[in-house]
Amino acid sequence: MNTSTAHSFHFKPYNVGRWVIWGGFALLLIVAPQVFRSGLSLTLLSQMGYMVIICLSYNLLLGQGGMLSFGHAVYTGLGAFFAVHAMNLASSGSLPLPLPLIPLVGGLAGLGVAALLGYPSTKKAGTPFAMITLGVGELVFAMSLMFPEFFGGEGGVSANRVYDTRLFGIGFGPATQVYYLIAFYTFVCTAAMFAFTRTPLGRMLNAVRDNPERVEFVGYDTQRVRYLAFMISGFFAGIGGAFVAINFEIVTAETVSAIRSGGYLLFTFLGGATFFFGPIIGAVLLVMSSVLLSEITPAWQIYLGFVFLFMVMYAPGGVASLIMMNLRVAAFGKLGRLWTSYLALGGAGAVLLAALSLVVEIVYHLQLDSSGDGSVKFFGVMLNVSSVDVWVGIALVVATALGLFEFVRRSFLHEWGEAQTEIEKEIKRREAAL
Amino acid sequence: MASGQPPAVELRGVCKRFGKTEIIRGVNLSVAAGERVAIIGPNGAGKSTLFNLISGRFGPSSGEILLHGRPIQGMKPYEINRAGLSRSFQVSNLFGRLSVFENIRCALLWAMGHRYEFWKFLAGLREVNERTDEVLAMIKLDRKRDHLAMNLTYAEQRALEVGITIAGGSSVILLDEPTAGMSKSETNRFVQLIREVTVGKTLLTVEHDMGVVFGLADRIAVLVYGEVLAFDTPEAVRANARVQEAYLGSVLAESQAAGAQA
Amino acid sequence: MTTEAFVISLLNGVSYGLLLFMLSSGLTLIFSMMGVLNFAHASFYMLGAYVGYTVSGFVGFWPALVLAPLAVGLLGAGFERFALRRVHKFGHVPELLITFGLSFVVLELVQLVWGRSAVPYALPPLLDGPLFTLFGTQFPRSRAFIMLVAVFMLVALWLLLTRTRVGLVIQAALTHPEMVEALGHNVPRVLMMVFGGGAALAALAGVIGGNTYVTEPGMANAVGAIVFVVVVVGGMGSLAGAFLASLLIGVLQNFAVALDYSMIDVLAQVGHQVGPGSAGYALLKLKISQVAPILPFLLLVLMLVFRPRGLLGTREG
Repeated sequence: MNTSTAHSFHFKPYNVGRWVIWGGFALLLIVAPQVFRSGLSLTLLSQMGYMVIICLSYNLLLGQGGMLSFGHAVYTGLGAFFAVHAMNLASSGSLPLPLPLIPLVGGLAGLGVAALLGYPSTKKAGTPFAMITLGVGELVFAMSLMFPEFFGGEGGVSANRVYDTRLFGIGFGPATQVYYLIAFYTFVCTAAMFAFTRTPLGRMLNAVRDNPERVEFVGYDTQRVRYLAFMISGFFAGIGGAFVAINFEIVTAETVSAIRSGGYLLFTFLGGATFFFGPIIGAVLLVMSSVLLSEITPAWQIYLGFVFLFMVMYAPGGVASLIMMNLRVAAFGKLGRLWTSYLALGGAGAVLLAALSLVVEIVYHLQLDSSGDGSVKFFGVMLNVSSVDVWVGIALVVATALGLFEFVRRSFLHEWGEAQTEIEKEIKRREAAL
Repeated sequence: MASGQPPAVELRGVCKRFGKTEIIRGVNLSVAAGERVAIIGPNGAGKSTLFNLISGRFGPSSGEILLHGRPIQGMKPYEINRAGLSRSFQVSNLFGRLSVFENIRCALLWAMGHRYEFWKFLAGLREVNERTDEVLAMIKLDRKRDHLAMNLTYAEQRALEVGITIAGGSSVILLDEPTAGMSKSETNRFVQLIREVTVGKTLLTVEHDMGVVFGLADRIAVLVYGEVLAFDTPEAVRANARVQEAYLGSVLAESQAAGAQA
Repeated sequence: MTTEAFVISLLNGVSYGLLLFMLSSGLTLIFSMMGVLNFAHASFYMLGAYVGYTVSGFVGFWPALVLAPLAVGLLGAGFERFALRRVHKFGHVPELLITFGLSFVVLELVQLVWGRSAVPYALPPLLDGPLFTLFGTQFPRSRAFIMLVAVFMLVALWLLLTRTRVGLVIQAALTHPEMVEALGHNVPRVLMMVFGGGAALAALAGVIGGNTYVTEPGMANAVGAIVFVVVVVGGMGSLAGAFLASLLIGVLQNFAVALDYSMIDVLAQVGHQVGPGSAGYALLKLKISQVAPILPFLLLVLMLVFRPRGLLGTREG
C-alpha cells in the first residue's frame, strides 16, 4: 500500500484544535482506569503509560533523526538500575527523595550515560551507527554480569516503592496511585517531546535526517546535532526505565538486553516512525502483545515477526501511516468505494492467518508434546497429525489461502491506486482554482 | 572594487589528487569582493571538484584556499559556511521531507544567531520567520511554502536550492550549474533571479550555458584538465587563442548560431 | 603463562578468528555489493548449524557439509528475491530493518522447530579428539578442521572473484552496478547469487562451528554482535581489514579467557595490597578471564573514539 506521492499529513490545528487534542489526551489518561476497572486493565494501562515515554524517546532517534539504534535498552535499563538504587537509598533514609522524583533520577542517569556513550556512538551515522549501538548494548549487557554490586547478579536488584508516606498520605502502594504518577509523567514527557519537535534543534534534527550533508553546508555541525538529540533521547528513556523499576520493584540484567532493545525498535516501527503519535500506538501494541497475545498463543513472537516483516515491505510508515492514508482517503470521500475491497482483504487475510497459525500451532504442540499421541486440537477440532493426508490437506489449505490472499491483495492495490489517482486530480484541481 | 581589501576568494597553488589521478593541478585564482566569476570548461575539467575544495567538502592535497584573507583549506564545511561562504549543488540537495518554508528556515537559523536551542519555539522566532518569508518571495516560491520539497517540480527545486544557498546571507556564493536541465525560458528567468539575489555579493558559478556566462559574469575562468587556462573579462577570454583551441571554439559558434536564430 | 598454554591459546584464537572471518567476509561482500548490512547473517550461521545437525542425523556429517549450506543458500537467495529486493527502494534503514526482522523470525522458527535448549550436535568420529597433544594440553581436531575449511573457502572465494567471469562481473557490479547492467549482465540475479552465496558461507561456518562449539538458539546473537564488531573495527567494506580484525579479536578473546589474573594480582606483585574495603575493589578484582566477553566491544568503542574508519577502512564518515 504505497502512495505514489507521499503527502505528509500535517495536521495543522488551529489553536483550538491543539487544546482539544491535548486536553483529550489528558482526559483519556485521567479517566481510563475509571472506565477499565479490572486489575489487569490497570496493569496494562500503567505499562502502556511509561512505554509511551520509552517509545517516543526511541522515535526521537529513529523517526526524527533517522538514527537506527539497536541499543536503546542501555538507557532505559540504566535509568531503571539507578532508580532502583535510589529507591533503596531513599528507603534506608540516606537519600531523602520522595517517590515522585525517582523518575528524574532515572532521567538524569539516562542523560549521563547517553552523554558518555553517545559521544563515540554518534561519530558515525546510518548503518555504522546502528552497529555501534549494537556493540555498546552488548558491552553494557556483558558488563552487567561482571559487576553484581550494581547490577545485582542473577537475582537483580529489588526495592520497595512504598517508603515515603509523608506526601499527603500517598504511599504509592496501590496500583491506581502508581498509575496516576505514571500518567502524569506520560503527559508531561509526551508534551515535552512534542514541543521539542517545534524547536530549532528539533527541526535541524529533521534536516539531519533528510540530508546530513546539506546541514553542514548551512552552518550546523551534524554530529553535534545528533549527539544532543541522543542525550535528550537518553534522558526520556531513563525516565521510562525508572518506571519499570517503580512498577515492578525489581530490575534485572535483562532490562539492558538486546532483546529489549529489539522490542522497542520493533514496536516503535510498527506503530509508525514517521508520525509523532506513531510510537504511542506502538507502545500500546507492545504492552497488548506481551501481556495479552502471549496468553492466547505461546507462538505469538513468530506472528509478531511476520507482521513486522510484512510491515517493512508493504507499510514502512507503520500503523500510523495506514491510519493517516485512510483519513486522507476519507477526507476526499473515497472511502465508500474502497470498503468492499477492504472487506475482501480482511477476509482473505483472516483465512491466511488461520491457515498459517494452523501450521505454527501444530509444529509447536508437536515439539512440546513428546508423548506424541499424534493428535492436536485446533479451534476445537481434533487433528491426527501423524497421518500424511492431514498434512497434505494442511498444505493445500495454506497454498489456497496464500493464493487467495495474493489475488485479493492485487485487486485491492488496483482499487487503491485508482482512488489515489482521483485524489491527486482533485488536489490539482483545487490548487488551480486558488 | 576597493583595493586594500583582501580578495573574497583566493586559491594559491591548489592541487587535488584522488589516488594517483591529479584532478586539480596547481590552480591560482583571485576573486575580488563583489565580483561575479563564471568557471567554464569541458566535462571532467574539475569544476565541481574545485567547488568542493573551496566549500570544504574535502581538502586539497596541497596549496592554500583563502576566504577574505583567512586560510580555510582543510576546514569543515560548517566552519567555512560560518565564515561567510555558501554553495549550491548541481543535483538539488534539499531536505526532502520538510516543507519549502522549513527548508529555507533551516538554512538561515545559524546565520541569524541561533544554535542548538531546544528551549525556544520556532514559531516564536519572529525575525527568522519574517526573513524566511522574504527569501521565499525572492525566489518566488511563496505560494508553495507548505509543499514538501520532494514534491516540487524540477525548476522549483532548483529555485529552492538557490534559496537555501543565499538565505543565510553569506557574502560569497558558489552556484554549481544552477540552470542545468532547464529550458531556454526557464534559464532566462532563473538568471534574472540569480542576478537579483546576489546583489552586492561575490558570486562564483560553474556554467555550461555560454549565453548565461557571457551575460552574467564580470570575469570568466577557463578550467581545462585541472588548470586555469585563462582568467579574464568575457571579451578577452573569447578572443584568447588558447581557450578557443582548447575549448571555446565550437561551443561559441553553436551559441552564436543559436543566438542568431533566436 | 606456560608455553603450551600460549601455543594452544594462539591456535584456538586463530581457529576462532578464521571462523569469524568466514562470517565477516560474507557480510563484508554483501555490504560492499548491496550496501545493506545483513543483520540476519548470524542467523544463517545458526540455521547452518541446526540444518547440519538434522541432516547429519539422516545421512551423516560429511554430506551435511554440502547439503546444509546449499539449503540455507537457497533460502537466502529466496529472501533476497522476494523480500529484500522489494525494500531496496526505501533506503538503507528499511533494508537493515528487514534483515533484522528476518533474524527475529529465524530465531523464533528455530526455537519452534528445535526447541529452546541446546541440541546435541555431535562431532563425527573423524573430527572427535585431539589433533596433537602439547605437554598435556590438547588441540582438538575439530578446530583444526575449521581452520582448514576456512582457508580452503578463502582460496576458493579469491579464485572465484578474480579468475572466473562471474567473479569479474561481481567485482564490477561492486562499484558500477548500472553500467554492468547496461552491458547486458543480469545484475539483480548476480545480487541474488551474492546474497545466497553469503548465506551459504555463513551456513558452512555454522555446520562446522555448531558441533565444535555449541548449537543453541542464543548462538546467533552471540556471534552476530562480534561479527559486527569485526566489520566495524576492520573498516567497513574492507576484506583485508575484516581478516585482520577477525584474527585480532579471536586471539584476544582466547588469550584473555586463559589469563586468570586480575589487577589485584598485578598490584600484589609490586607490593600493593588491595582488599575488599579498598576503593575500586569491584573493578580491580575482575580477572581478565571474566572481562574477556566485553573485550571485543571495548575494542569497538576505543576504535571509534581514536580511529573511526577502522583498521583498514576506506570509506569516510
